[in-house]
Amino acid sequence: MPQPFNYLKETASQTAGPYVHIGLIPAMAGFDIFDKNFSNVLVTPNTLGEHITLEGKVIDGSGTVLRDVLLEIWQANAAGHYNHPADRSASALDEDFRGWGRAGSDFESGLVTFETIKPGAIIDRAGRKCAPYVNIWIVARGINIGLNTRLYFSDEEAANAADPVLNLVEPPVRRKTLIAARSERAGKIVYSFMVNLQGPDETVFFDV
Amino acid sequence: MNAQAPALRDPRLNRPEPFTPRDGGFFQRDHSIHPPAHAPGYKSSVLRSPRQALLSIENSVSEITGPVFGHNDLGPLDNDLIRNYAKDGDPVGERIIVHGRVLDETGRGVPNTLVEFWQANAGGRYRHRKDTYLAPIDPNFGGCGRALTDDTGYYYFRTVKPGPYPWRNFVNSWRPAHIHFSVFGSGFAQRLITQMYFEGDPLIPVCPILTTIPDKDALDRLVAPLDLNASTPFDSLAYRFDIVLRGQRSTYFENRTEGN
Repeated sequence: MPQPFNYLKETASQTAGPYVHIGLIPAMAGFDIFDKNFSNVLVTPNTLGEHITLEGKVIDGSGTVLRDVLLEIWQANAAGHYNHPADRSASALDEDFRGWGRAGSDFESGLVTFETIKPGAIIDRAGRKCAPYVNIWIVARGINIGLNTRLYFSDEEAANAADPVLNLVEPPVRRKTLIAARSERAGKIVYSFMVNLQGPDETVFFDV
Repeated sequence: MNAQAPALRDPRLNRPEPFTPRDGGFFQRDHSIHPPAHAPGYKSSVLRSPRQALLSIENSVSEITGPVFGHNDLGPLDNDLIRNYAKDGDPVGERIIVHGRVLDETGRGVPNTLVEFWQANAGGRYRHRKDTYLAPIDPNFGGCGRALTDDTGYYYFRTVKPGPYPWRNFVNSWRPAHIHFSVFGSGFAQRLITQMYFEGDPLIPVCPILTTIPDKDALDRLVAPLDLNASTPFDSLAYRFDIVLRGQRSTYFENRTEGN
């Protein structure tokens, strides 16, 4: 007999359930408990870069908007640097940008919004330049394990065409499910995205 | 290539210390221990599960990094659910301590990581505007808290044991008593939400959500045993719940991926 491995096994995932707000966004559950709360605003006025709004909805297999979903985003700063010690790239850290936020969908409209900045391009582990993107993680009632996807930007056409991850998506027609549309509204830059959990326009989800 | 610290480049110096960043990417997730997206016994998964296969991608810097939290994100009572919403007394229910370690698959503690938890009160009622169960709200119980693990990955909090509650799946479906957990780890690819159950609860084997997990051992690992040794005599019982996140590879050699 060879020696046994002594690796542990990952703890199994479970759905976040319908009341995920209590723990992660108590104000949405209807009460005030913590002195400091996490939010969907990633920026301060001092955060470097182009300040943008991300605005989206998550749709189920019947075309119905989810009104109890929670999204988190994780992204690099405007220089393409993640605020974490494992980012050893030479790009600059922005002290005014943690790079992470969470948002619940509106109980009526299902709209999810983030106030953030457009991230800079990063270099992947093989040394290739990536198009700018934001990592998205989605949990809700009925979702047994958090869904990972990415948001790319419609005004980065050339970079998107060369992006090593977008180019892995087959068939290519599915790549557009990851690209948010840029528009301008009352002087603000808004990127709109749609996450389809199921169906003909199903969003690409990643096993990271 | 991203520049790497000398200690990581040289395997002889790459000692398994908890504070040494190891940026070789995470071990591949073993989906056989996780519930499938589409689990018809849990009815709301039917319309909320992707039908296409997940696209597997190698970890880039965006997956091996994740948000960093500190003690200034938390308040002093955040890990004490007995006190953090008390208005005119303690909440009603069994006083318990829940404690354990956050580890990775190599058995190393995950230090300084954020653990968040939320739950119903002793009667199975959530303080949430959407919960209409007839069991009453407890005026002294909020039902949520959070903690940072210490240098060894250890966390603890105090609460009351939640009650089971009915839900609309089958006509007579009841959730076992449980506490929801959210854990970050050091990289966003470790992000995990799960639920902790209590040893001996007879609702465990009939729960349509818990039994979405195909692997009996993986299911058992969500069940916290009574830990009498950690209890406080004449005050609180204790339950032990260890959480395992994905392990991270060391970078012994900087191989380039195929085609580059």
